[in-house]
Amino acid sequence: MILSKRNTLFRWGADRQLQPLLAALALATAAMLLLIVTFLLLEAWPVVANGRWRDFFTDESWYPLEGQFGLLPMLWGSIAIMVGAMILAAPLGLAAAIFASFYASGFVLRVYQMLMALLAGMPSVVLGLWGLMVLVPLLAAWQPPGASLLAAMLVLSLMILPTVALASASALASVPKPLMAGAAALGMCRKSQIMKVAIPVARHGIWSAMLLAVARALGETMVVLMVAGNVVQYPHGLFEPVRALTANIALEMGYAMEDHRAGLFASGLMLTSIVLLLAWLAGMTAKRELHHV
Amino acid sequence: MSDRLFEAIIYFCTATVVGLLLWIIGDLAYQGLAHLSFDFLFSEPENAGRDGGIGPILVSTLMILGVTFLTALPVGVAVAVWLAEFTRRGSIAGNWVRLSLDVMAGVPSIVYGLFGNAFFCLYLGMGFSILSGGLTLALMILPVLIRTCEAGVSSVSDAWRHGAQALGMSRSSAIWHILLPAASPAIAAGLILGIGRASAETAALIFTSGYVDRMPESLMDSGRTLSVHIYDLSMNVTGGDATAHASALVLLALILILTMLAQSFSGRWLQGRLNV
Repeated sequence: MILSKRNTLFRWGADRQLQPLLAALALATAAMLLLIVTFLLLEAWPVVANGRWRDFFTDESWYPLEGQFGLLPMLWGSIAIMVGAMILAAPLGLAAAIFASFYASGFVLRVYQMLMALLAGMPSVVLGLWGLMVLVPLLAAWQPPGASLLAAMLVLSLMILPTVALASASALASVPKPLMAGAAALGMCRKSQIMKVAIPVARHGIWSAMLLAVARALGETMVVLMVAGNVVQYPHGLFEPVRALTANIALEMGYAMEDHRAGLFASGLMLTSIVLLLAWLAGMTAKRELHHV
Repeated sequence: MSDRLFEAIIYFCTATVVGLLLWIIGDLAYQGLAHLSFDFLFSEPENAGRDGGIGPILVSTLMILGVTFLTALPVGVAVAVWLAEFTRRGSIAGNWVRLSLDVMAGVPSIVYGLFGNAFFCLYLGMGFSILSGGLTLALMILPVLIRTCEAGVSSVSDAWRHGAQALGMSRSSAIWHILLPAASPAIAAGLILGIGRASAETAALIFTSGYVDRMPESLMDSGRTLSVHIYDLSMNVTGGDATAHASALVLLALILILTMLAQSFSGRWLQGRLNV
């Protein structure tokens, strides 16, 4: 039955080498993170060193060819798109999670789960394609130019919706059953059971789901690149085009040289720090103990 | 009454989400199916992709995914085994590795693209190539692959380990013949997550594997994936809508097929090893 070796009773060579080999691989994998950070820093160094990083916040706007590296318009662009997407995705996703946890059952639940998995697995470039071909022309007919803050918010909200819905549903699933049974025994109506018992108990998990969605929204590139219009300016209207930090990197990496290239790496570094901070907060929030009502 | 209203709101919201999703899929199928044919899958793109097919692009996509999984899967499984079997609970090295993997999992994909461009393309001199793109993606999916596999290996019941020891199996054969097959559903799950992320990825590839739409001759050639092709057609080529939609359908089908392959592979392995 066990065919691989001549004799199973003695420790053979491979066994002794296995642990160091695996350990070396694991440490090498972990070291990749250091390598990533090192390379980002190295590449960004020309525009970060000697206090030049302050220019990211004091320069008026992003004219890299003229030595102006103001990142604030695009940072605000990213944040505006993210906030808009969250305003749409948070209630819809939470409602979908409540639907899956308390209202759906049997066949309907299976169909819902399948569709949600499909949406979660939808490549962002395909969502962007839909936004560009269907949504942008619709918006353009109403309020030109179409490719705008609003378009990015709408498509991005679809993209982060599964994150909110799936993570909130798993938070709701971890609510202790006796609590729900107690609520039902008290004669609370369905709405109060959910709003007054289940959601308060699961609130840390739900907050963590929201933070994860925020991190995903800020890090997403393709959707915002394809539908936001990509004009570098402070967002000042729903129908105005904006450019996000991620989209800027994707747009300009192809031809950026020297300081310009360094500026793009620096914006990547900034983006990474923001996203990691959010992911860390999400982890912290999820770990907090459940305080029963 | 308010109970009814609440229920109505919940149903309405869910229906909105489902309706939007059906709209997207319906639109994609409607626009894409018209252009989809046997010929489309295997012929060369013409006229910047407006006409012709996606033959070379499919080949590049599969080559990049091949590089990704040939590197990520062995490394991922090895690291997962190390984390699950060779580190004590609370060991410092293990926790550091886990922490850095979790941090890596949070890094946005465009940043992997930046790193891949700086490290693989320029520093290691691979240029814009299928190899650089594949390795960048491998790095990107490693964290999620490792953490899923680790969870699978450590959830294998201790009875299996004791049984292997009682039979006098060496550590390595126990891992290869008992633990990995028993953990194979989790490995497949990690693989599926990785496939989903890797085949959908666009941002990390634009500046690592490049844009070239000719048939790749080696791993050092630049080649565009389906997702980059869709992006290019919709953003940079006017009149590329039809082929973009058809390519999107092919991409979705590809993800589905790879997912099913991963599932059946894990089922076979489990059966072949354990139910002799």
